[in-house]
Amino acid sequence: MSVSIESPRVKPAPRRGVNWEKWGWLYMRASGVLLVVLIFGHLFVNLYAGEGVSALDFGFVAGKWASPFWQWYDFALLWLALIHGSNGMRTIINDYTTVPIGGTRLRRLFTPHYIFKTLLVGSTIVLLVLGTLVIFTFDPCPSGAPADLLPTFCAARS
Amino acid sequence: MSLKSTDLPAPAPARKLRPTRTAGRFSLPKRPAGTVYRGGEGMWSWVLHRITGVAIYFFLLVHILDTALVRVSPEAYNAVINTYKNPIMGLGELGLVAAIGFHALNGIRIILIDFWSVGTRNQRLMFWIVIALWAVLMLGFAPRHLMHVFGGE
Repeated sequence: MSVSIESPRVKPAPRRGVNWEKWGWLYMRASGVLLVVLIFGHLFVNLYAGEGVSALDFGFVAGKWASPFWQWYDFALLWLALIHGSNGMRTIINDYTTVPIGGTRLRRLFTPHYIFKTLLVGSTIVLLVLGTLVIFTFDPCPSGAPADLLPTFCAARS
Repeated sequence: MSLKSTDLPAPAPARKLRPTRTAGRFSLPKRPAGTVYRGGEGMWSWVLHRITGVAIYFFLLVHILDTALVRVSPEAYNAVINTYKNPIMGLGELGLVAAIGFHALNGIRIILIDFWSVGTRNQRLMFWIVIALWAVLMLGFAPRHLMHVFGGE
């Protein structure tokens, strides 16, 4: 049996559809640049300035999220960082697992490749929704909470 | 279609194989065993980028969940965030900042390799610039953070 090999200088036919791998690659670089700025800002304000980690408590978070600036800052941080991280984990799953071929669709789902990817996509969606809801439904002065745990601007403290 | 040998570029003139320089000036020259890809700044930056990336990812999952406790109650959030202030977690935060600092700086190096015309040629130099900037960053952060963690009230 003879095997014919295509000439390597033949231009491959252009692929149809969106090149998701390319956009994923570009997303890592674009979000990476933004994350360098946003995360260094986040670490400076929460872990370096003032009393650092020892100043963190409910009142600290409530003081920040009383302002729409920090709400949108943390919203951008949540979406950019979690999708950046998940896309990185997707690359790692692709590196260390093989894609199953053949078998039924259900059988293919119960292979390491698709088990990891299902967990990855599921946890990412759950955390994006949870985090977004927490940021924008947050109440800095919840009623019934001990007054000394609340930020100073709450009516319960005066 | 079959390939003729004339379709291929002429082989480069045989040169004497030189050992790849992977070590500093105080050790003997080395050659890689097995594959020429192994070793060097390129490989180690890739390894460190992957390890720090995975570590940061799993911290991020936990961090989103612990922050979500502000929506449960001030007591619940304070109880969990206070565990971040004990000495063991304080050292963990130092490691976290070290991982983020490297991943961020090496990420900029990767972008420069991809988009800067002479980035690939300078990747080795840029790796050591990343290490130097990372060391400066940690020298600025570590003493202050350790004082916040171990300095009592």
